[in-house]
Amino acid sequence: MITLEILCARFEALRADDLQRWIGAGHVRAERQGGDLVFQEIDVERVRLILELRDVMEVNEEALPVVLSLLDQVYTLRRRLRGLGKLED
Amino acid sequence: MAEDPYKVLGVKRDATPEAIKAAYRKLARQHHPDLNPGKPEAEAKFKAAAAANDLLSDPERRARFDRGEIDAEGQERAPPGFNAGGGGGSYRRYAEEPFGARYGAAPEGVDPGMFEDLFSDIFEARRRAESGPRRGADQSYRLNVDFLDAVRGATRQLSLPDGKALSVKIPPGVVSGQVLRLRGQGDPGRNGGLAGDALIELEVKGHDFLIRDGNDLRMDLPVTLKEAVLGGPIVVSTPFGALRVNLPAGSDNGRTIRLRGKGIAEHGKRPAGDLFLTLRVTVGKPDAALEEFLRNWSPENPEDPRAGMEFGE
Repeated sequence: MITLEILCARFEALRADDLQRWIGAGHVRAERQGGDLVFQEIDVERVRLILELRDVMEVNEEALPVVLSLLDQVYTLRRRLRGLGKLED
Repeated sequence: MAEDPYKVLGVKRDATPEAIKAAYRKLARQHHPDLNPGKPEAEAKFKAAAAANDLLSDPERRARFDRGEIDAEGQERAPPGFNAGGGGGSYRRYAEEPFGARYGAAPEGVDPGMFEDLFSDIFEARRRAESGPRRGADQSYRLNVDFLDAVRGATRQLSLPDGKALSVKIPPGVVSGQVLRLRGQGDPGRNGGLAGDALIELEVKGHDFLIRDGNDLRMDLPVTLKEAVLGGPIVVSTPFGALRVNLPAGSDNGRTIRLRGKGIAEHGKRPAGDLFLTLRVTVGKPDAALEEFLRNWSPENPEDPRAGMEFGE
């Protein structure tokens, strides 16, 4: 189970208020378990992707939703293609 | 909850009035209900953009919002600080699997910001927890120690990266790799928490003619032919000052002399080590008188120093 503490500990550069904003904007998903936030591995990698977009590729916070939205559409299409057996590994 | 008007319009907090107007115009074109029949969410977006523009296009109301006087639920901006390590790219593995639908394309009708309310109390609780007392972090340093400081013990200054200096008491007998802990000399604690410790890893340097052997020291002691044959008092320089040592007559090359308590200084319950001197007889420069004497000299007790060293056939 990946809690907020564990997620923040995984990335030195991850600040809780960044994460809160990204969760607030729907960039990162989380579930609630009592008073805790619980994340999945895909969310950890999502955070890594966002940190890299922001700090490595210099995609600023304003452009981030655009990039993520396009990426999400690409992956949605790819999952559909795979479901139809039209996409090889 | 009222939406952050800067976010609604997609402008930065220091945006010029022109930029605000431009952003509003763009959103209006995009979401005007008349231009988006059959999309009920467009109307809400258009209304939100209009309300945001109302607030931000009025300099006085915008200033009050910026000061947090009205609609204080603004967003915090964090300074960058992510030192990117190895490349990522493993998000892809998850996104391609069926579970990747967790981040399906553009959640239609989902108002960005709805999650903010959902979880904000958790972040608030976290912030409160962080305001409790916290011990400061430990800081690690390295310190080069002179051989003789490790023998006698010493107090040395360690210059810290922030320009401060730390006074480090080096006990006698330290070895390379040993770590000294200075309590409370690390990072300061927060909210009344204890300061962290300074951890100082020592690197003891070597010496030109002293060799460390546990708590003992070893040193070659050159003596002249005359001193070796006749013996007598000689003056020996040690880490604890010059000492008068009585050399027995007929001291052979390689003979060891022990100076008790002149090794590593005592520390706590550990007694001081010893200093072992190994005699090295030096013949010195050619000396006509010595050569003349030896030519005419017949030993009192002739002996073969190599007796018993035959290897046989």
